Amino acid sequence: MYTYIGKRLLLAIPTLIIISIFAFSLQKLLPGDPILAMAGEERDPQVIEFLRDKYRLNDPVVYQYFYWIGAVVQGDFGISLRTNQPVLSLIAEKLPVTIQLAIMAMIFALAIGVPIGILAAVKKNTWIDYVANIVALSGLSVPNFWMGIMLILLVSVKLGWLPASGYEPFFSDPVRSLQTMIMPAFVLGLALAATLMRHTRSSMLSVLRSDYIRTARAKGVSEQAVILQHSFRNALLPIVTLTALLFGELLAGAVLTEQIFTIPGFGKLIVDAVFNRDYAVVQGVVLCTAIGFILMNLVADVLYVLLNPRMRAAL
Amino acid sequence: MKTARFIATLVVGAILAFPAFATELKIGLQDDADVLDPAQSRTFVGRIVYTALCDKLVDVNQKLDIVPQLATDWKWSEDGTELVMDLRQGVTFHDGTPFNAAAVVANIERSKTLPESRRKSELTSVKTVEAIGDYQVRFTLNSPDVTLLAQLSDRAGMMVSPKAAAEMGANFGNKPICSGPFKFVERVQQDRIVLEKFPQYWNAANIFIDKLTFLPIPDTTVRLANLQSGDLDMLERLAASDLDAVKSDSSLNYADTINIGYMALYANIANGPRADNPFGKDKRLRQAFSLAIDREAVNQVVYEGTSVAGNQPYAPNSPWFDKDIPVPARDVEKAKALMKEAGHEKLDIELQVPNNPVAMQMMQIIQSMVAEAGFNVTLKATEFATLLSEQTAGNYQLSRSDWSGRVDPDGNLHQFVTCKGGINDVKYCNPEVDALLNDARKSTDNAVRKQKYDAAAKILNDDMPVIYLGHQSYIWAFKKGVTGFVPYPDGMIRLQGVKKSG
Repeated sequence: MYTYIGKRLLLAIPTLIIISIFAFSLQKLLPGDPILAMAGEERDPQVIEFLRDKYRLNDPVVYQYFYWIGAVVQGDFGISLRTNQPVLSLIAEKLPVTIQLAIMAMIFALAIGVPIGILAAVKKNTWIDYVANIVALSGLSVPNFWMGIMLILLVSVKLGWLPASGYEPFFSDPVRSLQTMIMPAFVLGLALAATLMRHTRSSMLSVLRSDYIRTARAKGVSEQAVILQHSFRNALLPIVTLTALLFGELLAGAVLTEQIFTIPGFGKLIVDAVFNRDYAVVQGVVLCTAIGFILMNLVADVLYVLLNPRMRAAL
Repeated sequence: MKTARFIATLVVGAILAFPAFATELKIGLQDDADVLDPAQSRTFVGRIVYTALCDKLVDVNQKLDIVPQLATDWKWSEDGTELVMDLRQGVTFHDGTPFNAAAVVANIERSKTLPESRRKSELTSVKTVEAIGDYQVRFTLNSPDVTLLAQLSDRAGMMVSPKAAAEMGANFGNKPICSGPFKFVERVQQDRIVLEKFPQYWNAANIFIDKLTFLPIPDTTVRLANLQSGDLDMLERLAASDLDAVKSDSSLNYADTINIGYMALYANIANGPRADNPFGKDKRLRQAFSLAIDREAVNQVVYEGTSVAGNQPYAPNSPWFDKDIPVPARDVEKAKALMKEAGHEKLDIELQVPNNPVAMQMMQIIQSMVAEAGFNVTLKATEFATLLSEQTAGNYQLSRSDWSGRVDPDGNLHQFVTCKGGINDVKYCNPEVDALLNDARKSTDNAVRKQKYDAAAKILNDDMPVIYLGHQSYIWAFKKGVTGFVPYPDGMIRLQGVKKSG
């Protein structure tokens, strides 16, 4: 098991190198000059020259890449062009915010998607199944930002139940923290719940059709035990993979959700950084996201093995 | 037992109620500020934060006249090359360092010499600054520059603690220490900037807010929703399209004023090969384009009547506006005639526009207006950072961008249209205009300056390198409980006299 994990981690290194090259070069291809964006309305030539020099933007691009990656390997992600803050501390400040949002969204998604998926599979082709499908489809097709603004207008402005936007760290004020996060997490989780529901349903359906379920039923096992113990555990495998992959989607969705609800997380950090051509921040965030994604996939694979004894032999 | 419980309840109640005595004002900003160092800062919202955090040598009033702040009095020498300022006594910075002439000298020198400083061009005319008494300084200039006072009424005149500046250098912005009515408490990037009242402020009797929180909320709808739900007390730059919602909400108030900036189209006159087209070469075509625009209709449709139509770098209500050149009414026939004279029936033009909905809407309307005169305009929606670099590089034919405006008329004109102007992206160059605008800097007599600006306005209105479209309003919306707020055309939020109840 440990060798397996070790091997996977080693394999991640070339992936990360490729990603770092992409992250670096793609934004060099972006039109727009970071220094012009930074020099302010006046665009003082003296300031521009100084800044170009300071951030080594006059050097050849290849050199710039090696300066950057060399520093990154030593744990120095550079300094934000916009606010002079170290990128690593910005990331450390924003990451917990997005993780909290992602976890809460995932809880919503799992709590809504999986039970409804099971129910729809068990009650296949009844009105329950149809309603679940309609709800799932609407969850998938309603855009995030529209849903977010509608919720703000209804829940915060009309009813005054929850704060309209903002963020409070969980450990400084847990109640307020949850209050500010409920709406964004719900919006973000809803689309995922729909995907999860559809997959749970089809995965459950194929398991319910298998021979051993028929055997279990023939033996007189209660329906509840058949569904939850015999079917669901087997149906869970593809759902675990999906959940891990969906974490990637969560990060992407967080970009929009954080913009709407003004949550100072990862998504907002990267959007603002792209618009300000804050190179060091964009590169740092992309690299960290890639690392997170690779780790999530590794976790999924390990969980897979733990859930499915047949896989252990293959290691 | 009952008594104990009662006392406990009282104590807990008192502790819980205590923060209620402190008046907190929460202000929603359209963007997050950049680095909080007046010498390095460049954003508009940054200046809003400084207005609470850092006092300046001088300030402006609602009419944009220069008024005392940290300097109580000043005097120009006869030839306009020396400015002597008397300073306010008994002022301290937030760290206890006293404010005096030495502090002013240290600040101006920091702005002039700090490698990261963005203030250098604003202070180029200053040769030396020296303390000639404990509370008196003398600025000696390279050449007469009356615009210096306007510069000192903004970031170049903001005084930071020389002790903190020396200790922190370029990192000063992480914990800014100034002498304004509020001192810095904390900042969470993209989330909030928190300040609290500075009890030793020289004008503390006029400050009624104890804690001030700035929250950047870029989405205008969400910003307004926060105000309506009570999460904000005030917001800046309300979208014109939301004004009706504010007016009809009985818990909200608003204030507005025409701003000192302008909206304009920049025609590439001589910036690289793309200037080599009929529109860049022939002023009659630019005049025709301008005549084909119904500026008042644009104001009504896009800005719900909150902006004003304009054809100069200052709004028609400004004392610097040249009344001999009124805002032109739309005249398609005359536009067509001018085009014919220039030898064109139809003309293709590519117009670069920032890709925000309001700017796009405005340019689509103008696109259809000028089409009637024969201009076939293609709109090129461009993300702002890209637009800026294309404009500087000359990779455009006609470009829409706006200027936030400066207190002195010089700041709205000189750098855009003089031959060596720092942001002369159109590369217009006319020695006559240069001479007029340079002369206008030298006189301390506003009547003389006005003559020069009027003469320049007439030439520019004929050559038309920049097609001015109008001037937007700044609109602030706030809770009814917030009183005493006065709108200033520079868009800053001055909290002197502002109270909050309920």
